[in-house]
Amino acid sequence: MTPKAFLIATSLALTATFAAAENIKLSVTTSFANSGLAEVLLPEIAKDIDLNVQLLIVGTGQALELGANGDVDAVLVHSRKAEEKWLAEGNGTHRREIMYNDFVIIGPSVDPAGIKTSATAADALKAIEATKSKFVSRGDDSGTHKMELALWQNAGVTAEGDWYASVGQGMGAALNTAAGMNAYILADRASWLNFANKADLAIAFEGDPVLFNQYAYMPVNPEKHAHVKADAAAKLEAWLTSPRAKELIENYQIGGQQLFVFNASTK
Amino acid sequence: MDKIWEALYQAARLIFGFDPDLVEITLLSLQVTVTATLIASAIGLPLGAWLVVNRFRYRRIVIAIINALMGLPPVVVGLFVYIMLSRSGPFGVLGLLFTPTAMIIAQVIIITPIIVSISHQAIRELWADYHDLLISLNATRLQRVMTLIKDGRRALLTAALAGFGRAIGEVGAIMIVGGNIDHVTRVLTTAIALETGKGEFGLALALGFVLIGMAILVNLAVHGLSRTERGSRW
Repeated sequence: MTPKAFLIATSLALTATFAAAENIKLSVTTSFANSGLAEVLLPEIAKDIDLNVQLLIVGTGQALELGANGDVDAVLVHSRKAEEKWLAEGNGTHRREIMYNDFVIIGPSVDPAGIKTSATAADALKAIEATKSKFVSRGDDSGTHKMELALWQNAGVTAEGDWYASVGQGMGAALNTAAGMNAYILADRASWLNFANKADLAIAFEGDPVLFNQYAYMPVNPEKHAHVKADAAAKLEAWLTSPRAKELIENYQIGGQQLFVFNASTK
Repeated sequence: MDKIWEALYQAARLIFGFDPDLVEITLLSLQVTVTATLIASAIGLPLGAWLVVNRFRYRRIVIAIINALMGLPPVVVGLFVYIMLSRSGPFGVLGLLFTPTAMIIAQVIIITPIIVSISHQAIRELWADYHDLLISLNATRLQRVMTLIKDGRRALLTAALAGFGRAIGEVGAIMIVGGNIDHVTRVLTTAIALETGKGEFGLALALGFVLIGMAILVNLAVHGLSRTERGSRW
């Protein structure tokens, strides 16, 4: 056999075929995937309703863009304003809330801005700005980034200057940067608890209701993109809002802490 | 430094434990990149030789463009291929987005300029030696190209391996067009990016070692099969 023929034969032999179960493409935010919940839910979905969910793990901005272009069948994101705009543009059929977790402000364990005792998230951000403590921003148009911008606006602070680093990366990469710089950063609790490279960082501020992080599921509009698997998307929605999903989501813990609260309304 | 040793140990454990997920993503990495390298070589090697034996008006500018394309950022290639293959793009109906085929297309675009450029450089030197002979034998253009490819095969192998090397370690483009879907389009490099994002540096490094190890094996296998770099042969 000539080398080339050998290589061609090998590459043909390597072409794997996948199980016959129906596939559905779902774009989700990095924070959802990094939380580890997907690894719990996906095998159960495959078992219960014979649906093979293929995850595209991207920022909220890109997740919505993939849906708008018809490249996925549904999206699961957490940025209400962007979701509503996306729906208004006719990209999806409807929005269904599934669950929430919350955001926390992570910072150096010595807490140079002293935000542990802040009364509100706005006070905490004001303190960070006043002390010019280093702060890492996702800067990637993701749900977390949008939440952060809303919080700065809410606090009446313009986040600009040497202390403010916008990295334009996903949650994990931004946390790695914050760990390296020993800086403050806004993160969702799930990603933080699951993050392995915590270095000297710790939760500096938590608990303000404005830090509420609602995840919503939106099927892509089949009238706009005829090829999308609307039936499979409906089947997945029914499962995600079922008592079975509630049980799995609420029992998902890291280090003894519950990460998500199921709040889907059962139709 | 401890992290590096830990990662080496973890890499060894993954490899010798025949971790099924690792085997799957490693084989997919190989399948995508080997296919892309074969296609890019089939385009690039003859094109490199053709650029040597033909004198035409815009030859310099074509060569300059190809050399410049070697510096194409993979993310840009990824976005371009995404827009082409997206359901909203011109080739959307083919349904190729988020498949290994889309990843192969992106890698072919990235490495073809490298293969053309290196093979052009190598064959140009050979052409200087062969020019008078081939002209006096009255060889056709095709015969000239084929002779140069045949006698320059060692250098051309280097060109192909350089292309393979760039493609196997590439992550920006295949992340966008492949989507890093578990069990479908996840390969070694996208898995490394994912694990880094999770802060699992040890596992990410271990996968990096697997990648390097695999690249070394492929290079050795190619030299073995083509009987180069052996004793007194060249």
